[in-house]
Amino acid sequence: MSAQPMSLTRRRPMSEQVIERLLFLAAAVGVVTTAGIILVLAFQTLEFFAEVNPISFFTGTVWSASIAPYTFGVLPLVSGTLLVATTAMVIGVPLGLLSAILLAEYASPRVRTVVKPILETIAGIPTIVLGFFAINFLAPQILQPILGKQNIGIFSALSGGIVVGVLVTPLIASISEDAMRAVPRGLREGAYAMGATKFEVVRKIVFPAAISGIMASIILAMSRAIGETMAVVLAVGTQPQLTFDPTESIQTMTAFIVQISAGDTPQGSIQFKSLFAVAATLFSMTFALNLISGWVVRKFRTAY
Amino acid sequence: MALGSPAATTSAGRFEPALMRRKLVGTLFYGACLAAIGILLLTLILLLVQVLTRGLPWLDVQFLTGVPSRRPVDTGILPALVGSLEIALIVGLLSFPVGVAAAIYLTEYARDSRVNRLLQTNISNLAGVPSIIYGILGLAVFVRLLGFGTTVISAALTLTLLILPVIIIASIEAFKAVPNAQREGAYALGATRWQMVRQSVFPAAAPGVMTGIILAMARAIGEAAPLLLIGAAGFVTFLPNPVSGNYSVLPVIAYNWAKRPQDDFQGISGATIIVILLMMLVLNGLALIVRARLSRHIQW
Repeated sequence: MSAQPMSLTRRRPMSEQVIERLLFLAAAVGVVTTAGIILVLAFQTLEFFAEVNPISFFTGTVWSASIAPYTFGVLPLVSGTLLVATTAMVIGVPLGLLSAILLAEYASPRVRTVVKPILETIAGIPTIVLGFFAINFLAPQILQPILGKQNIGIFSALSGGIVVGVLVTPLIASISEDAMRAVPRGLREGAYAMGATKFEVVRKIVFPAAISGIMASIILAMSRAIGETMAVVLAVGTQPQLTFDPTESIQTMTAFIVQISAGDTPQGSIQFKSLFAVAATLFSMTFALNLISGWVVRKFRTAY
Repeated sequence: MALGSPAATTSAGRFEPALMRRKLVGTLFYGACLAAIGILLLTLILLLVQVLTRGLPWLDVQFLTGVPSRRPVDTGILPALVGSLEIALIVGLLSFPVGVAAAIYLTEYARDSRVNRLLQTNISNLAGVPSIIYGILGLAVFVRLLGFGTTVISAALTLTLLILPVIIIASIEAFKAVPNAQREGAYALGATRWQMVRQSVFPAAAPGVMTGIILAMARAIGEAAPLLLIGAAGFVTFLPNPVSGNYSVLPVIAYNWAKRPQDDFQGISGATIIVILLMMLVLNGLALIVRARLSRHIQW
């Protein structure tokens, strides 16, 4: 510690106050970022809506940005996105919750040292790798042999949804595990004393008690699946169409944004502007889900 | 109430004594949990095997030191490799001071006021914004408004904003884990708040903070989506200058090649992915070493 003479009566030195201001500015970068995102999306989207009627944008069922006649109805992109996200939940929720229960309730320290790294590795893999996996292995060597080549192509919502499901599993597992660990021991012991088996304790005591955290993890995973880009863009193809059949090739909102930005679309064109309207739709959906997830935690949380 | 009253007998409906069956259900469920982990492990193995069998045959010195070419056989990834490293370095240098300062403010300075709660919730909300949205922000602000163009510096600034929430959250955890006695000890010696933070709390939190930053850099290296909007190109044949001119990064060229149906392009895409994974492995190892070294002197 520096040998500075201290006087007990002195007020806080100037430098201390300056430092606090600077630290506050750093913490405020986040707010500036949020404001930046909202302003950019709002302005550019308004510019797009000057040329395309917002009602036909939000209710239109045909999206054709690159082939004339240009039509900008966002529903096919939204349905494609939700199709992938729903498939991802069908895969990710059971895998994530079963892993969480294993970690929180069953696993010995030795099992943990195996399971934790598996989940952490999956969480750390760049998502482009999962896209690569989908088109090189999952679609041609698993899905096509099972479902038949005439029924499913290399590109499908199903293949994209499955890899996104794997991708969100660690997220569901880690938040749910924390929630289950927060359930006090006494509740479990009470149930054991009544003669419950381990599975009954998990199903009737731990699971209901941790439900707020579990719900929040699933909603966050849904948000993550909706916003996932690189895994999806390779796996699902480039065919925007309004369908609920997961074996079809579709296009998600994120995949459309990539298609436009990676292509040669001139920056002032209507196609380029449509990118911002799609991004604004995507941002609103994920932001709403994130807010709902936080609300679920606060609202349904039981404090012990 | 006496034992064996009617209440106790009727509750037998709820409390099933069929212990064998209930235990069997439990065992089956435990099996399902293990199966879930088995599926994840299998997926991970298949994924690595797929990447390695596709990519390894293409991975040689010429691939690492050459520049992109129209023909997969002659192609190399050096410009993208350098681009990724430059970006990771700048992201690390920028996000370290800002991320740590923000975490210090939120844990050591902020009182429980409306503004500070807003800052906190805002950071967790930002962590949930899709990465591609950051690309749009970067395109509008860094590339166009500030006129940095589609350069390494725009890309690095964008990725810095993207990983800052992650770094701040990890650093907050690290600061919160420092016991209060550490702070009180510094105050008792007459330290000001900043002296307390700088000389007492920060050294104790440093292992966690550094680990968070290194892992966030690893994430930045694997990130492709926002950089597609910041003009990361697939075909850059020169080493990128950070402040001017075009650039390219590994995950973007891996994506561009993976889009092509030919086996050769899938091969060089796989080889690029191997390089990305190796870089992440190195960073993860580095995080472990830094953590071990920095926490040598800490004990409470």
